[in-house]
Amino acid sequence: MKPNNLFSFAAGVLFAIGLAISGMTDPGKVIGFLDVTGNWQPALMFVMIGAIGTHATLYRVIIKKPKPIIAGDIFATPKSTSLDKPLILGSLMFGVGWGLGGLCPGPAIASLTTGFIPILWFLMCMIVGMGAHRLVSKKS
Amino acid sequence: MENILFALFGGVLIGLASSLLLLINGRTFGISGICASAIFERGPDKGWRMSAILGLIVGGLLMIVLRPDFFPVYHKEISLTLTAAGLLVGFGTQLGSGCTSGHGVCGISKFSARSIIATASFMASGILTVYILKLIKG
Repeated sequence: MKPNNLFSFAAGVLFAIGLAISGMTDPGKVIGFLDVTGNWQPALMFVMIGAIGTHATLYRVIIKKPKPIIAGDIFATPKSTSLDKPLILGSLMFGVGWGLGGLCPGPAIASLTTGFIPILWFLMCMIVGMGAHRLVSKKS
Repeated sequence: MENILFALFGGVLIGLASSLLLLINGRTFGISGICASAIFERGPDKGWRMSAILGLIVGGLLMIVLRPDFFPVYHKEISLTLTAAGLLVGFGTQLGSGCTSGHGVCGISKFSARSIIATASFMASGILTVYILKLIKG
């Protein structure tokens, strides 16, 4: 297997393990965090602190390298800086969906092999939604 | 307390995974983007993207076997709410160019104003949605 694929796979495994341990594969914990006026569950806040604290620190070290160590000639992270309507509208929409289901792409994909029909349904709808956007943005 | 320690530790692993991807191929671990591109795009990047998604699935499987209690049944059945949730997450993440992993973790770690605004937006609408849903359900 190509090293890029192997290590990307490994990163995915590590990410999923983190999602599970952190409690983010439990939609109840996510909704509990968003339920600020009710029985508030702060777990998600600490997940973000752990994740951002770690990644922000390592990011600064990593991008000082001349290039990535396995593949690619540049650090191809998103370069756009515009605060535009699609960004905000899309984020608001995503947040509504997130609040309705307590699920976002990562935890849903990590939960695929539970075989839970609602999870599979969510994933299918998510992919349809993604495809719909592609269709709509191609037309314009 | 245990809850919080698990949350922090899990978060650190998420941060490490994001850093690992950046280190090896310079890419952002934005799952909505990786997932959508893996499915809908062709080209040389399909390989690492499919691999990352497969890793998420396999890592999830590992945890489901070891700790099924991390994966409680929340949604007991297919519903209109769940359907809307999926469609909005799918469409919204594409329109907004990211989700909790892309904007929330990776973008904020770079101090990206775009990601900070995006994250604040989906947090706000998420909070409002839960609140309104609670009011409706009574």
